Amino acid sequence: MTQMRSQEWWTLAVAAIGLAVAAAIPLYDDGYYLSLSVNIAIYVVLCTAWTIFSGPTHYISLATAAFFGIGQYTVGLGIESYPFAVLVATAGVIAAALAIVVGMATLRLSGVYFVIFTLGLAELVRQVVTWLQTNFTNAVGLYVFTDFGEKHVLWMLLALAAVIYATGWLINRSRLGFAMRIIGNDETVARHVGINVAWSKVVLFAVSGAFIGIAGAILAPRYAYIEPPSAFNPVLSFQVVIMALLGGTSRLWGPLLGVIPFTILFDFISAHFPNHTSLLIGFAFVAIVYALPRGVIGLVDDLRRPQAGAEKARTSAEATQ
Amino acid sequence: MTAHPLLSVEHAQKRFGGLIAVNEVSFSVKQGELVGLIGPNGSGKTTMLNLISGLLKPSAGRISFGGEEITGLPAYQIARRGIARTFQLVRPLASLSAIENVIAGAAFGHVRIWGPDAYREAEILLGRVGLSGRGNAPSGSMTYIDQKRLELARALAGNPRLLLLDEWLAGLNPTELRIGIDLIAGLRDEGRTIVMVEHVMDAIRSLCDRCIVMSSGAKIADGSAHDVLAQPEVISAYLGSEDA
Repeated sequence: MTQMRSQEWWTLAVAAIGLAVAAAIPLYDDGYYLSLSVNIAIYVVLCTAWTIFSGPTHYISLATAAFFGIGQYTVGLGIESYPFAVLVATAGVIAAALAIVVGMATLRLSGVYFVIFTLGLAELVRQVVTWLQTNFTNAVGLYVFTDFGEKHVLWMLLALAAVIYATGWLINRSRLGFAMRIIGNDETVARHVGINVAWSKVVLFAVSGAFIGIAGAILAPRYAYIEPPSAFNPVLSFQVVIMALLGGTSRLWGPLLGVIPFTILFDFISAHFPNHTSLLIGFAFVAIVYALPRGVIGLVDDLRRPQAGAEKARTSAEATQ
Repeated sequence: MTAHPLLSVEHAQKRFGGLIAVNEVSFSVKQGELVGLIGPNGSGKTTMLNLISGLLKPSAGRISFGGEEITGLPAYQIARRGIARTFQLVRPLASLSAIENVIAGAAFGHVRIWGPDAYREAEILLGRVGLSGRGNAPSGSMTYIDQKRLELARALAGNPRLLLLDEWLAGLNPTELRIGIDLIAGLRDEGRTIVMVEHVMDAIRSLCDRCIVMSSGAKIADGSAHDVLAQPEVISAYLGSEDA
């Protein structure tokens, strides 16, 4: 329980190599592939941060856009007066604070109400920001001018991804991670062994929200111009859910398996069929969900344990006879 | 012994709409006592246990534990004060292994242990309930009696000051019942305080220092198992008044 197993060392080594390769991309290309890498890095960060909370709790959060937009606005409002690093940290703190308030109010609710509330939350924050801007300032958007190029954004996102994975790994080994597994099995038992169920969920929601807020802050320089409809775009929340679920949320690296192929697929479809993008992406989703009901990670598990898969197939065949 | 009892229930009441499941029940349990909570089906025994463990909040009345009021506290806080329980329908944590089930009882409760200490303690407890060497078995696929044993080990893992057993002996065959009774007797002999809801009369006669009898939500008798089971009100509650 406390010693690292050899498998964990291997995972760490593979992760370090992967990170190094990704970080070296700007040395070889500063055009299309760099831009594609940034897109992949964005969704890896967002989907993995989302999975920290939604994986073990099975609560589908659509608040991603709210936290992301808060991160963007923190940078947009403060970039003239404060160092970028301070703003990134502040974005994390504000997003975590919002997550704690929202979590305490809603995580006692059952799943469906939580989904609707989080969707509404992103919209509420967007409307409040729009209202504040139109009433108290004379511009709708904000400009973010920095010296950061695409490669700096990539490096920051990769560093954030490393922190998110490390945090998720530490949580899984901690009492909190163990508590979440118990809660996932049976909340009544969890309460009766002394777990503060509501607070455990709130803590995870705050950690997840903070990382999404930080991601928003890091990306603000890339967009240069920030306005409510783009910063709090609800489509982002749905994309994160879809990609994370396609990858699989049973493990922390599951979303990675969804994000990489699907970002490349979307990119390919939108480049080659610009007039039919939505249609083809829709077909792709249906095909993928039909073929991989447990996400890519389910497929990987079956390939890694062929005997177990055969056993399952055999017993189910016997059951149907 | 001590000045005040370990558990004291005063005028506890639980209403579900118009139905009064527990009505003005008062009793107390001393340190080291093994008390049986008996009565016909639907008499409110499990509801009474749920009020003590915090699964349900009392509509009225007062429950105190170790001289401290615990009425209406959330279940996790009551568990941390040292009350552990098993459930009428066993609730193993199915996706966890047997030993993880036991560690679950140790990591967050009354006496908290974690890491290698928790593993060691859990191994000992698995041996105690007759599951030595089964630590890595997936708890979801264990037999009924083994899941009951596992639940007992989980409840004991936090070293509770009060153990609540909800029909822990129900559904066991005669051989298993013998083992189960011996296990509880062992717990009593080491001085653990236990309240057990039970239907198995042999177990009650051989185990309980004292019995509390409930009928239609009210307490109708309180005394030694032998005396209580001879009282006319108790016999009529179980068998109907014509036979009394």
